[in-house]
Amino acid sequence: MTTAPGADAALFSSLPERDGDALARLHTRLAAEAEHEGLLDVAYRTLDTPVGELLLAATVRGLVRVAFPGQDHAAALEQLAERVSPRVLHAPRRLDQVVRQLDEYFGGRRTRFELPLDFQLSTGFRRSVLAHLTEIGYGRTESYAQVATAAGSPRAVRAVGSACATNPLPVVVPCHRVVRSDGSAGGYAGGPQAKLTLLTLEAAA
Amino acid sequence: MRPFEQIVTDHGAVVLRVCRAVLGPVDAEDAWSETFLAALRAYPDLPGDANVEAWLVTIAHRKAIDSGRAAARRPVAVDRLPERPSGTGRPEDWDGDLWAALRALPPRQRSAVAYHYLAGLPYKEIAAITGVSPDAARRAASDGIRALRTTYAHATREDGENR
Repeated sequence: MTTAPGADAALFSSLPERDGDALARLHTRLAAEAEHEGLLDVAYRTLDTPVGELLLAATVRGLVRVAFPGQDHAAALEQLAERVSPRVLHAPRRLDQVVRQLDEYFGGRRTRFELPLDFQLSTGFRRSVLAHLTEIGYGRTESYAQVATAAGSPRAVRAVGSACATNPLPVVVPCHRVVRSDGSAGGYAGGPQAKLTLLTLEAAA
Repeated sequence: MRPFEQIVTDHGAVVLRVCRAVLGPVDAEDAWSETFLAALRAYPDLPGDANVEAWLVTIAHRKAIDSGRAAARRPVAVDRLPERPSGTGRPEDWDGDLWAALRALPPRQRSAVAYHYLAGLPYKEIAAITGVSPDAARRAASDGIRALRTTYAHATREDGENR
């Protein structure tokens, strides 16, 4: 008697092809064991906020990436795999403190973030611009020209613009507080609406 | 290189199915965990053109042997062949009669059957993983599947069609 391959595969039909409950349980266990073994190079999760679903990623050193929905989370994770480490896992626990502070910020109950930050995705002049941005206080704004001066290169206004546009840690490193000299908001990695939402939130508090 | 999360998403379910078929319900989840933790450790050195599923099955196979689980699951004399597969469709029920039938196979046949029919690996890959010739791997899979047909599927058919 011969049996078609399909019939042989059907022998295993009582063995579920995708056991979602078991896989969820195993994934949680993998993330915990990876953390314990020092193999969790990049942990990430997403968070719903008034500016859309944010991707949050952290190394052992600190928060390394925040990405808006329009920045394509899959592409952001691939960039982390290329530039930081391919040992990337969905592992929400490492982001607990980040989530708590972001919730407080969007609820108007927090005016500065106290989080370890990992700036490794930003180098050179862009990094010194980001370092200065963390000094612009809640509810205040500076022009691109002011930031250029503060970062030590008064004529590098365009470079400040691209440093803001490529900020790997938007919201937490407040590039939304950098606006045009004429007072208009200017561009933003999360789109102009997200920038207005953040500036309005901070102006109201 | 793709984020490791993608590897878990794409291959986690198949590897769990293979672990269950080779090791049974009790040890499968430990083997899956050890496999993916070891894979995560080695992942940065994986060549870009590697067959990821074969790589994962290779690790799972080694884990099964290292832990002595394979030895502990040598075929046992089955006095009473399973009478019928459980028909409730609940995932935890798969283990009853199918596992009894798989467990009755010699380990080499059980592995070859799982790697070929569940993971879809070609005999050449299975041969490399289990350390036998491709012909021997093919024979192990076909002997195993034939035995399963008579012990397990036979029960299914009698129960299902002869009434």
